[in-house]
Parts: sequence; C-alpha cells; structure tokens
Amino acid sequence: MPEADLKILAYLELPQQAVSKRKDRLASWSDICDMHSFFRTAGVGSSPLTRLSANPFATDEVLRFDDVSLSYGRHAEALRRISFHLKPGSFHFITGASGAGKSSLMKLIYMAVKPTTGRIELFGHDVSKVSARDLPFLRRRVGVVFQDFRLLDHLSAFDNAAVPLRISGRKPDSYRSDVAELLTWVGLHDRMNAMPPTLAGGEKQRLAIARAVVGRPEILLADEPTGNLDADMSERILKLFTQLNRLGTTVLIATHDLAMVARSGMPVLHLEAGRLIRRGSGVER
Amino acid sequence: MSDPLARRWRPATFLPESDNRDGSLTFVVSTLCFLACLMALTVLASNRAVNTWSDQLTSQATIIVRPRANETPDLAAARAAEALAGVPGVTEAHALERAKVEALVEPWLGDISDLKDLPIPRLVAVDLDNARPAAPSTLAAALKVRGIDGIVDDHSIWTRDIARSASIIRWVCGGVFLMITASAGAIIAFATRAGLLARREVVEVLHLTGAENLFIARLFQIRFAQLSAIAGALGAVGAAGVGAILRLTAGGGELTHAIPILWSDLLAVAPCPLVAALVAAIAARVTAERMISEIT
Repeated sequence: MPEADLKILAYLELPQQAVSKRKDRLASWSDICDMHSFFRTAGVGSSPLTRLSANPFATDEVLRFDDVSLSYGRHAEALRRISFHLKPGSFHFITGASGAGKSSLMKLIYMAVKPTTGRIELFGHDVSKVSARDLPFLRRRVGVVFQDFRLLDHLSAFDNAAVPLRISGRKPDSYRSDVAELLTWVGLHDRMNAMPPTLAGGEKQRLAIARAVVGRPEILLADEPTGNLDADMSERILKLFTQLNRLGTTVLIATHDLAMVARSGMPVLHLEAGRLIRRGSGVER
Repeated sequence: MSDPLARRWRPATFLPESDNRDGSLTFVVSTLCFLACLMALTVLASNRAVNTWSDQLTSQATIIVRPRANETPDLAAARAAEALAGVPGVTEAHALERAKVEALVEPWLGDISDLKDLPIPRLVAVDLDNARPAAPSTLAAALKVRGIDGIVDDHSIWTRDIARSASIIRWVCGGVFLMITASAGAIIAFATRAGLLARREVVEVLHLTGAENLFIARLFQIRFAQLSAIAGALGAVGAAGVGAILRLTAGGGELTHAIPILWSDLLAVAPCPLVAALVAAIAARVTAERMISEIT
C-alpha cells in the first residue's frame, strides 16, 4: 500500500483502535488527537463530549430503529414501521427505487428530521431524549455525504473540507497538513484553493466525502456517494469506505448503483415504498 | 486566495465576508447613529443653556417702585437702590433710567418716548451674591423699613418655566434617543433574519456537521456587531462634524448662546460605535438563536 494511503488510513482510524493498535504509525501524528478523542480516550470530565462519546464498541449496536415511521404531512408517509439495528463496524448498503425512502432514512439517522413514531437509538442514546445542548456533540460522531453535496460556495475546497474540524474547536495550524493530505488522497491536491462552483461534479463529490470523513466519524452515512463519479473513482471511493470500515467505522451507503453493491458483497437493506422489505446477510431485523 | 499551507494562512469566515445588503444596512444604521449622536449633543447643549439662563435669573432681582405722593419716580427709585445696596447678599443695586424702562416695555407698548405723562413704573435692578443671595423677603423688609412702596420680583416664575422646559427637552431627547436605539436594534434583528434565511444552507451544513446553535448565532452576532461598529463610527463622525461646524460658524453669535456647544461636548459621540455594536450584538444574537431553533 502506498505511504500516502497508510498515512491517511492512520489519520482516519478511530481513536480507540488508533491508540491501541496503531501506535507506531501514529507516532508522527500526535497532532491528530483532537479534544474529542482526548476526552473519549482519557475519560475525563463530564462534558457533553464525555457523556455522548461512549465507546461504540462497548455496546452491541451502533444504531437501532424500533418500529420507526416518518410522515411529511398527513398523507405523505415516507417510511413505515422500520425496524433494524446495525452492529459497530458493520457495512451496509441501502437500496431502493427513487422515492422508496432511502434519503428519509438517512435524514433520520443524521437527525435532520424526527421520526413521527417509533424510537431511534444512536450509540446507545435515544435520539429523542438527547437534549438540544448535547445533540451537536452526537452529530459530530456521524459523518454525512449529502446527495446534493451541500458544499459552502464561498469557502475554498480546503476550507470546506476543514469545516468539521473547525466546528470541533481545532486550531488551523493543527489540522492544515491533515486536511491537505486528505484532499490529496481524494485527488484534489491541485484544487485545494478552488471554490466549489468551479469544481466538476466528481470533484464536488470527492470534496463532500473528504469533509464527511475528516472528523473521523464513528458512523459514515453516504447518500448516492458515487452518483457523479466515473468507474475508476467510484471504485476508489468504495475502497476508501471499505478501508474506513475495516478501521472500525460503521458505514451505511444509500445507492442506486446495484453493480457496485454486487461487487462489494456487503449486506443490503432494501426499501420499497417506505417499507424495509429485504435484507442481506449481516443485517438483523 | 491564500495558500492553506502557507505559514500565515488563516481560514475564511464561515459567513461570506460581504453581502449585497451590507451597503444599505450600513447606511441606515449610520444614519440612526448620526441622529442619536445629534440628540446627545442637543441634550448637552440645552442643559448648558438652561443652566446659564437659570444662573443669570437667580442672581438678579427686579424691584418695581411706586413713588409716594410727595416724591418723583426718579427720587423713589434712587432711594430704593440706596436702601437695597446695603442689604447682605446684594452686590449692587441701581435704578434704571426712564429711557431704559421705556426700551424694556417697547415690545408691548411701542415707542412711548413722546408720552411724558404716561406713568411708567421705575425699576431697580439688584445683583445678588451668587454664594449667599438675599431672599426676596429680606429685600421687601429693607424697602419697608425705609418707607418705600415696592414689589420684589425674584424671577422665580421664569426660572421655574425654564427648568420645566429643560426637563421636557431632556425627556423628549431621551425618548427620541431610545426610539432610535430600538429602531437600530429592530433593523439589525430584521437584517439578521434576512441574513439567516439567505445563508440557510450555511446554517444547515454547520448544524448538521455538529455546530452548536450558539456557535452559529455567534457568527451572525460578530458579523452584525462589526458592521454596526463601523456604521456607528460613521454616524458619530458625521454628528461630530455637524457639531464642529455649528461651533465654528456660530462662534460667539446668537446661535451658540441658544445652543452652546463646547469642543469637549463632541467627545460625547465617542461611545457611539461601541453602543451600536452592543445593540447589534444583542439583537443579532437573540434573533439568530431563535431563528436557528426554528429552521433547523
């Protein structure tokens, strides 16, 4: 594996495993241990970080849906009585036709919408009971690649990628080399100063992925992450997701690309008209 | 575009550095600050004018002398002045000549210099000691001892009117100042709402990436506080300029007697940028926190 890939993988590795298993590789990466991972590994204080940063490997489930329904208005039911749970470090695809409810399911997980009925647990926390003050800290443990990218047009590619780190309080000097290497790794080394409107579709997608993983989330959600990429880049992105998954990150990808799903051999949650009607191996209902 | 790997690199702000509404907002806020500063200068000047007028009135008294049957008005006035000059608390007393008294009543009666038989009362002007002015009753008693029929006017009716007018001016200016401040706050709140709606995608991305509401609200708070500080400085400089022009052009003329502005008064506009920034910060913070909760 190329040295650049090794460094990126070391950076993206979840802190618990990074500290315990990859210490040798992390020796030159001391600056990547941000406050979040510090609190999580040191277990000090009682800040929202420590309250919400329980080790995902200490629980059997990183995500649980119990009889969850979601309606937009009185008659538009997007999801109907969805129940499933995901184990930490699992990798799943969500498939289904347009309008089947894939994006709605994603929105529920990254807490953009609240379920109409049912219960969602994320990292062992009932999402509906997490206080508004603590919710942002739970969100920081979730990386999201939005279907429409949601890049900030007035920020450079570099600044877009660094958004999660700045929000978590990292100083610019502490993250610029990390972000630069991550952008290099996704093939945007010569586009760091470019503004999003000047980027091609595939470049925007790769930038969105870089932003989603830069904070080393424990669960990574991607809504159609390869929709605008050519075959080579799709393969590379899938490989990135797989590598992240091997490092402990739970990955959930919503996609139309059934060929990619087939190639990966990963389990599938299949939605039809808002119902979860089929699951592949590794998914428990 | 700065190089993110350069040594002195700093990340761009989460909110766009400029907005096409900034010019209009700066103009409106600076205008309000200009008016508020003018109000402050008006209050200072009117207070000083009132104090000057009150001092002048309370340090003087006027005696209206009515001559007895066997003496002339001029003699009666001279006797009254002589009687009052020795009273403790009186620095000087002198009878006004008929010509001066005619000049005083001319605005009401017209030119009466040719009406020699018209019984014009004689007046005695009394200058009082500012530190220990003689009471009106003391002046009346001194006249009575010398057998002089006179009425003591201590100008208290005028000073009461002036004090009442000054109080009204202060309250009106204070009310206008508060209205201007509230208007500035409301405009900032409106601009914050517009800014939040215009930057909704920024707010949503930050929110979903794990930013706290306070973090996002602070972006708008800092943004509008900076803009208002600049607008406040512009308004303050404008108002100070108007004050300086009044001071320079009026000189010692009548205008500066009516609106006595001192150079030191112009310092009163100095806190304007800070106050404007503070009002804007509070308005933006409250509005942003409320709106972020609504839209996220």
